[in-house]
Amino acid sequence: MYRNMCCAMALAVAWGAAPAAYAQEADLAKIRDEIRQLREAYERRIEALEMRLAAAEAQRGRAEERAAPSGAAAAPQRERSVGENAFNPAISLILQGAAARSSRDPADYQLTGFAPSGGEVAPARRSFSLGESELVVSANIDPYFRGQLIAALTPENEVEVEEAYFETLALGRGFRLKGGRFLSAVGYQNELHPHAWDFADAPLAYQAYFGGRLNDDGAQLKWVAPTDLFLELGAELGRGRSFPASERSRNAAGAWTVFVHVGGDLAASTAWRAGLSHVRASPRGRTFEDRDALGNPVSQSFSGTSRLWIADFVLKWAPGGNATQTNFKLQGEYFRRNESGSLTYDDSTQAAPQFGASFSGDYRSRQSGWYLQGVYQFMPRWRFGYRHDRLDSGRVNNGIVASGAGPAAADFPLLMTAHEPTRHTLMLDWGPTEFSRLRLQLASDKSRFGATDRQVLLQYIFSLGAHGAHRF
Amino acid sequence: MRIVLWALLLGAALPASAALNVFACTPEWGALAREIGGERATVYTATTAQQDPHRIEARPSLIARARSADLLVCTGAQLEIGWLPLVQSQSGNPKILPGQPGYFEAAAHVALLDKPARVDRAAGDVHPAGNPHIHLDPRNVAKIADALAQRMAKLDPAEAAHYSARATSFRERWREATVRWEREAGPLKGVPLVVYHRNFTYMIHWLGMREVGNLEPNPGLPPTTGHLSTLLANLRQVPAKAIVRTAYNDPRAAEWLAERAGIAAVVLPYTVGGTPAAKDLFALYDDTLARMLAAIR
Repeated sequence: MYRNMCCAMALAVAWGAAPAAYAQEADLAKIRDEIRQLREAYERRIEALEMRLAAAEAQRGRAEERAAPSGAAAAPQRERSVGENAFNPAISLILQGAAARSSRDPADYQLTGFAPSGGEVAPARRSFSLGESELVVSANIDPYFRGQLIAALTPENEVEVEEAYFETLALGRGFRLKGGRFLSAVGYQNELHPHAWDFADAPLAYQAYFGGRLNDDGAQLKWVAPTDLFLELGAELGRGRSFPASERSRNAAGAWTVFVHVGGDLAASTAWRAGLSHVRASPRGRTFEDRDALGNPVSQSFSGTSRLWIADFVLKWAPGGNATQTNFKLQGEYFRRNESGSLTYDDSTQAAPQFGASFSGDYRSRQSGWYLQGVYQFMPRWRFGYRHDRLDSGRVNNGIVASGAGPAAADFPLLMTAHEPTRHTLMLDWGPTEFSRLRLQLASDKSRFGATDRQVLLQYIFSLGAHGAHRF
Repeated sequence: MRIVLWALLLGAALPASAALNVFACTPEWGALAREIGGERATVYTATTAQQDPHRIEARPSLIARARSADLLVCTGAQLEIGWLPLVQSQSGNPKILPGQPGYFEAAAHVALLDKPARVDRAAGDVHPAGNPHIHLDPRNVAKIADALAQRMAKLDPAEAAHYSARATSFRERWREATVRWEREAGPLKGVPLVVYHRNFTYMIHWLGMREVGNLEPNPGLPPTTGHLSTLLANLRQVPAKAIVRTAYNDPRAAEWLAERAGIAAVVLPYTVGGTPAAKDLFALYDDTLARMLAAIR
């Protein structure tokens, strides 16, 4: 092929040269031009062929290159271990702990006006305490799946599975499917792990509506649109193993969510993301303990439908987009929940009951809450931040109270006390590297009705090992 | 009717279809992708010269751009470890995952310097594979350009000739320029320098200069007064000609030391767009050398 082309070129030159001898000047120039064009065309074709040949060789030779790293242009390959541990997953560990003091005992913590979520929502225990140590193990499983496990070793010497999921790698067209137990992608903060939070504890809205966070067992499908503006749609289907759903034994999903996130840049210095999410759960017999007007423990349970809407946004600014020296992060979320169904009040199992019976009635509530927080890095390593939390216990229609047949509003201090819990939180933290952080946090917490809890917290967060990238 | 409107809206929002959608992690690779791809490549550059390449976040806009990319052109050697893995996985685009032809790692095509003998975070933000700031040695750029042209040809075989012709043209111009730069940089040979971060190592190596100090006590850690004092004392023993830093480095430490040591503090473009003059790869080297030569004069 190559030789043929050379012959053709020689012929072309000869053909061009013969008439040139007795041609006019203008013809001569024209012919020269033609020859040049011909030559260029052939050169291009030869180069293209060489390129294809090289590409084919590269493809064929890749396996050999791997075996013999010193090979030609194949680049200096890094030495890798080839023993049994060559496929070890990436492992990282987060160590956390705190020293705290508070003016009220964290053991009697409650969010008055809201049904208890059953999550770990109380402020940090007084004095020194160990936080959850997180062990993260992740790796590609094969060309199609990736897997990740996040296990929390709790200070009570238990192991909790926070996340354990597989994720598809090869679906394409912007689709990703996740299955297992995972942090739901609703809202903004829910998907962040506690070590990446800007404050030591979750916003009050997360504590009231999710018991800290939503991590159900189920499946998630996400799709990123092929647009320059970031647009992500997603839905999750879950068992409903925890608040706002309740554990049930039935052959159907107990909770589902849908969400949309949009985001982009405002010039080079500012990036933003906003979202809207909906969480639907159908709890049956979601039980919690309260105390009646006489102070006796009673059991209450809710069955019905819980509908939650979350609007969230986050905005990050840094001069020129270079966050190294100074940067600012503004984040806020608004929650609105409607619950409707039936409520059961039961003190019949108590030793000295007020009523000694079980009552049922309609129950409807419309509640809301929000938080807004700003964190400013004023010099490398140092940040300070302020967070404002506010919840509204809203409107509650309690059929048991309305019927007047048994318990009155005073017998439902948690559900029937109109209250707007608020909290102001200040924090200052020092992160000498991205792997370590020490934080001082002060809070004035009015979660309990008629009481202010002043909290001081000193916290450390350290990450060891192959630490993955943080989310936006 | 509404569906039609939505479809129209979505259609308008879709990026114009080109042969090759290139997502370049840093400006130098964006510039190189333009040199090789020409009009056949639509190049989006994820970061600017004013941003520290170690501290980029996986912003939503990057995920959106990576979603429709055919080719990521990045440095590799863990320079982008803090954000790129997230962008790759969250974009739902399997073409650009590690190991795929759509993920081009420049560092895999050259020999890396500064391979740490000991990989331990106690030594700061070390890159286990070696120093990833490879683009300030023109010999590296030449090798990477060839590899990139081959990769583009593989992804867009119908236009292989186009990429090859542009690579040939670039190679020629680059070779001539390299000869000229090496001639012009003659006076820089053996010149001792203090750097802010070890991101000029390849240039220092190429031109036979010497690195005698580092403003960062450990890679990735900001300069401290204690460290700067030690450095100043050392500079009185072993003087340097200049302190060099990039546009994204904090100027204060370099200026503090320059004033006390009585030497020049020089801002080098580091990458395309780092100074107003550094508009492309050629101008990046021209401006870097001009600034260095002016500083030692």
